[in-house]
Amino acid sequence: MTDTTRPTNDTVPVIYLRPSTGWLGIDLKELWRYRELIFFLTWRDIKVRYKQAVLGVAWAVLQPILTVLIFTVIFGVLLGTPSEGLPYPLFAFSAMLPWQLFASALQRSSVSLVGNANLITKIYFPRLAIPLSTVFSALVDFGISLVVLLLVMIYYQHLPGLNSLWLVPIILLTLLTALAVGLWLSALNVQYRDVQHMVPFIIQVWMYASPIVYPIETIPAGIWRSLYGLNPMVGVIQGFRWALLGGNPPDVTMLISVVVVILLLVSGLYYFRRMEKTFADIV
Amino acid sequence: MNPVIRIENISKRYRIGTVHDRPDTLRDLLTTGAKRVGRLLKSGHDGRYEGPSYIWALKDISFEVERGQVLGIVGRNGAGKSTLLKILSRVTDPTLGYGEIHGRVGSLLEVGTGFHPELSGRENIYLNGAILGMHREEIDRKFDEIVEFSEVGKFIDTPVKRFSSGMYLRLAFAVAAHLEPEILVVDEVLAVGDAEFQLKCLGKMNDVAQEGRTVLFVSHNMSAILRLTQETIVLDQGKMIMRAPTPQAVDHYLNMGLNKQGERIWADNKSVDGEAPFVPVALRVLNPKGEVVDTVNATVGFSIELEYRLNQEISGLRVGIYMMTTRGEFVFTSFDTDDPEMFEKHTMRKPGHYISRCTIPPDLMNEGRYVLGVNASVYRIQRYFQDDKALIFTVDATGGPGMHWPEPRLGPVRPNLDWTIGKVDR
Repeated sequence: MTDTTRPTNDTVPVIYLRPSTGWLGIDLKELWRYRELIFFLTWRDIKVRYKQAVLGVAWAVLQPILTVLIFTVIFGVLLGTPSEGLPYPLFAFSAMLPWQLFASALQRSSVSLVGNANLITKIYFPRLAIPLSTVFSALVDFGISLVVLLLVMIYYQHLPGLNSLWLVPIILLTLLTALAVGLWLSALNVQYRDVQHMVPFIIQVWMYASPIVYPIETIPAGIWRSLYGLNPMVGVIQGFRWALLGGNPPDVTMLISVVVVILLLVSGLYYFRRMEKTFADIV
Repeated sequence: MNPVIRIENISKRYRIGTVHDRPDTLRDLLTTGAKRVGRLLKSGHDGRYEGPSYIWALKDISFEVERGQVLGIVGRNGAGKSTLLKILSRVTDPTLGYGEIHGRVGSLLEVGTGFHPELSGRENIYLNGAILGMHREEIDRKFDEIVEFSEVGKFIDTPVKRFSSGMYLRLAFAVAAHLEPEILVVDEVLAVGDAEFQLKCLGKMNDVAQEGRTVLFVSHNMSAILRLTQETIVLDQGKMIMRAPTPQAVDHYLNMGLNKQGERIWADNKSVDGEAPFVPVALRVLNPKGEVVDTVNATVGFSIELEYRLNQEISGLRVGIYMMTTRGEFVFTSFDTDDPEMFEKHTMRKPGHYISRCTIPPDLMNEGRYVLGVNASVYRIQRYFQDDKALIFTVDATGGPGMHWPEPRLGPVRPNLDWTIGKVDR
């Protein structure tokens, strides 16, 4: 078995082994070379998630629908929460979608490194592939729920307009937010397993700190609103709702959200890369 | 020719200590104070901070490997073999030192890494291939070959959790074996699987080497090391104590730290092993007078005894020895219940103190040094104790057959055979 196409010595990559020091930069080229691995890990996550569930992928739809139903009954009907002039189920569902995307991506990515400890301790690949693939795998559930939302919109005769093109950057922002926080939490979780116990709680608090069951107007404008905007999901949810349903367009809070996400992402990458080299030793 | 692997003074330090020493939960972290937080965030290990609870798993390892070379690595458990392989395959970083590797490193650090039990054989081939660094088209191209090599055939679309462990292993090795990296790192994959498949794996590794790729082979299987490698590195306690042609290195390794007094006594770990069903006490080589000796004379025979304690009644127990040359070739294996009558008689062994003794008949062994291994097990059920190199001793063949020709004789046995010489008239 001779392979004449095997690279000659000139093209053979040279790998240097040396102690890791500080900031290593993100090797995007390497990450790109491993894109198939990211794809397969994402695919594995999706495939395995519903493999032995009787209802299978239906869970992806049922979860947000049931949550929205509960919210509609409690906040919409019983408490009479205002909903920017939209039918309450639509109002809540449109926020529930990006929120579910964020929450499930965050939840999965934060435990992803520990969950893949057997890979990390045996084989080299860019560690970023693991949280990345979990974030991507959350997109599938999101896509299914989006179809359901469109059906609900049709039911309420509320059709999306051209603004819905903004969904693309907004979904991207959601993923980046989840990735940024996920990088921090997953790396921390390698050393401090407390993190995985904290995550469900963090997510719950975070949800009530985002305009999902109530409109953003509930928060007084001005300094309080700006502080509120430090929660990047505020801008995301506001933007998502607006792009799909109209209503109040994103304002300065959106800008604050973007800046916060960038800060979180850069610092998260920095921390992740710094800790990356020790994962195999301490996980 | 330039070396494919060149490492200089590679060292790796690990933090050890009890769970309580390590701030693995936030509470520990908080109680050990903010000072520690600062240090941890600064860097997990920066080579500057010297604490009391560190251990050097590797210390100043330097070597070069040429392209196409198959290099063996031997050492006891904890000698640093796995750490070295982890550093070479970039799973972990060295604490100190520098290294250069020309080419992709494919590692078989543990076959089946990343296999998911819920996924089918087919799906796992793709997943595992991607994890090992193969591209999709590469896997597509080799798919049939992989399936054929693994012999799982029609089960390829069954979830691997329904596979037998043999099938699972064969499939995992098949994927890994079809990687085509410039450097292949193999750790102990041959310890499992049936003999036929092991042969196949060894054959595959041979092919890899024939193609001019470099192989680093770690194993406890000395005959595999002898067969596959020309040169071998011996590691002991994190240090490289030898690099030599394989027969020499293996000989050195097998002689390392062995008791040469004709007796091996296991420390009485009553506190630890108090509950273990089988506790070895001593292994001895005895001359015909019953004295413990390091050197026995083959012409008068000798005996080997194993003293042990049973803390539980064991049914179907067999206690036996392996005889090995210092090159790692087995001479024979023998158990105290090999004889069916003995097996019947000693089906149940009650708790207590025992000695199993066997007699090696005169004129069996050739002169040389031999390694004794010990095994206590119940066939196919459980292995209670095993030590492949418990004791080394010397056989002197003075007075044995053919000794009037003072030349070394080939082979580990030196039987006194009945010869007849007859003149044949044609």
